Amino acid sequence: MRVVVAEDLALLRDGLIRILQAYGFEVVEAVDNGPSLARALRTHRPDVSVVDVRLPPTFTDEGLRAAIDARARFPGLPVLMLSQYVEQLYARELMSDRAGAVGYLLKDRVSDVGQFIDAVRRVAAGGTVMDPDVVASLLARHEDDEPLRALTPREREVLSLMAEGRTNAAIAARMFVTEKAVSKHSNNIFAKLGLRRSEEDNRRVLAVLAYLQA
Amino acid sequence: MTGPAPGVPRPSGRVPAGRAPRAGLAVRLELLGWSLVLLMASAVAFALLLLWSTAAGLVLMGAGLPVTLLATVAVRWFADRHRAWAGRWTGEPVAAPYLPIPEGNWLTRLGVVLRDPATWRDWLWLAVDSVTGWFTAGGSFLISAAGVFYLLYPLEFALTPAQVFRTPFGPYVHLGSVGASFVMVPLGLALLVLWYVSAVPLARLNAWVIRSLLAPTEQARLRVRVAQLAASRAETVDSQASELRRIERDLHDGAQARLASLGMSLGLAEQLLAQDPRAVAGLLAEARESTSAALTELRDLARGIHPPVLADRGLDGAIQALALGNPVPTTVDVRVPGRLPAAVESAAYFAVAEALANAVKHAHARRIAIRLEYERTAGGAGRLSILVSDDGRGGASFDGGTGLLGVARRLSAFDGTVGIDSPAGGPTDVRMSLPCELS
Repeated sequence: MRVVVAEDLALLRDGLIRILQAYGFEVVEAVDNGPSLARALRTHRPDVSVVDVRLPPTFTDEGLRAAIDARARFPGLPVLMLSQYVEQLYARELMSDRAGAVGYLLKDRVSDVGQFIDAVRRVAAGGTVMDPDVVASLLARHEDDEPLRALTPREREVLSLMAEGRTNAAIAARMFVTEKAVSKHSNNIFAKLGLRRSEEDNRRVLAVLAYLQA
Repeated sequence: MTGPAPGVPRPSGRVPAGRAPRAGLAVRLELLGWSLVLLMASAVAFALLLLWSTAAGLVLMGAGLPVTLLATVAVRWFADRHRAWAGRWTGEPVAAPYLPIPEGNWLTRLGVVLRDPATWRDWLWLAVDSVTGWFTAGGSFLISAAGVFYLLYPLEFALTPAQVFRTPFGPYVHLGSVGASFVMVPLGLALLVLWYVSAVPLARLNAWVIRSLLAPTEQARLRVRVAQLAASRAETVDSQASELRRIERDLHDGAQARLASLGMSLGLAEQLLAQDPRAVAGLLAEARESTSAALTELRDLARGIHPPVLADRGLDGAIQALALGNPVPTTVDVRVPGRLPAAVESAAYFAVAEALANAVKHAHARRIAIRLEYERTAGGAGRLSILVSDDGRGGASFDGGTGLLGVARRLSAFDGTVGIDSPAGGPTDVRMSLPCELS
């Protein structure tokens, strides 16, 4: 799989490249600033890119803007954003095109290499990956809402894992239950929240996130 | 409004007139009443002048300290009444310029009073007013009284015994009958017209005398301003120092300790690598958790120093992000045409964040609205107004550890103010105002 990496700190850039290569990804270009990223995304149209939100020359959200611009040109261009901190605002902007193939994670998550590589693969496959911090703060916002209060603790757990973009299989593995049980929980959740059910993992994630971001 | 926070100086500013000026007869009749009061007041001024001078004279002879202080209090009260009057009639308040009188024995208090230039200006004003009062207030009153007197001359002529009103201007004019006394009526009318025309200018003149002697001099105004600036600077320096101490402590107990333990775990893992690969796996997992925790702590610390989103998106975006991250539904309305100076943006951001945290934590609000507006005052100076309102249970104040006092201190470095309107039971409005220019 062809990957573009954008990270301005050499130490972290090399670390990312090393991890990605160890898992069989081909890093076609690694850049350290916003304009180079924009160009690299245009020329390579990578299968997935791993991009730091903050990049030179402005050291603001240059990486985020470059990624959003590129996705406006090439809808669904898979991008996984990494950041030293997460903001609801940015999650919302990234997801606003509803095209999927997008992820937003804290940089710390890279240290759990297996999870990180899984996230990169899910984004490359058109999935949505959301950092647990973002999901937790989204859920906190809806704490007192009637439909959400109707969920059982188990269903809430499934809901937050779903919002993080995990597949039924992954949720089942993590909660030590069968996939069938997860699917039952998820049906209940969709019924209680009044959402239209979908068998397709990615559509389900998008529906849940859209509900929570409303 | 509970006004500015205690200990936080509020910049002196000109407040618009509290009432609309009225015209016509009503205002003149009211002034007529005042002219009588002020006329008597100028007699009192003379009495106070004598009292004060005598008492102060006694001080020189080693007695009369309490009397002097008492007389000072009386003079200041008296002058304050006149300031209020002049402020009311000119539509521009006259501030009192006195230095604060300290606690302490009579002698130190008297020392401050005698060193205060305002004391001597009061004294000067008493002397001036006891003379000019007769011409301004007295003049107006006399003209109106004379007008009425001559207007009613025939009546007075008829009702009084013979000889009393026969010679209005000494022996040169002699009025023979009631009919003849009607020649005085036009004079009465003329005097009343003169009163009508001159009442307002004379009152203005009186107010001008009061203002020019009792208002703070430029020097006094600057002295107050310097005291305010010194106080707010001291607070700024203090709060910065304690902020740095907090950061140092957080680093020391947090990230530094985590990195030290990370080093230990890795060192141990290195030692055990050959003998016990299983234990090494555990140590490495521990090490990874340590880095995660250290990163979380550093992230929180960085956010507290300067929120990254503020650097990325400016005040508008940062407030939006703050609202989105807030557990309580929050609406944002920002009307700022452009960017503000970085220091102002940061202060405004933290002020909003604190007010927001209060609304969530203490007021248990269900809905919060944030409003930021940049306006220009009449003088052309820019001002950022911030309103954070919630529907919570109210009762917010500067004390009770709500952090709003800290906000007031922080904003005072920019001459900013904080006002809280939060009756028990809610709702709460926290209004903040920061003078600033667009950058």
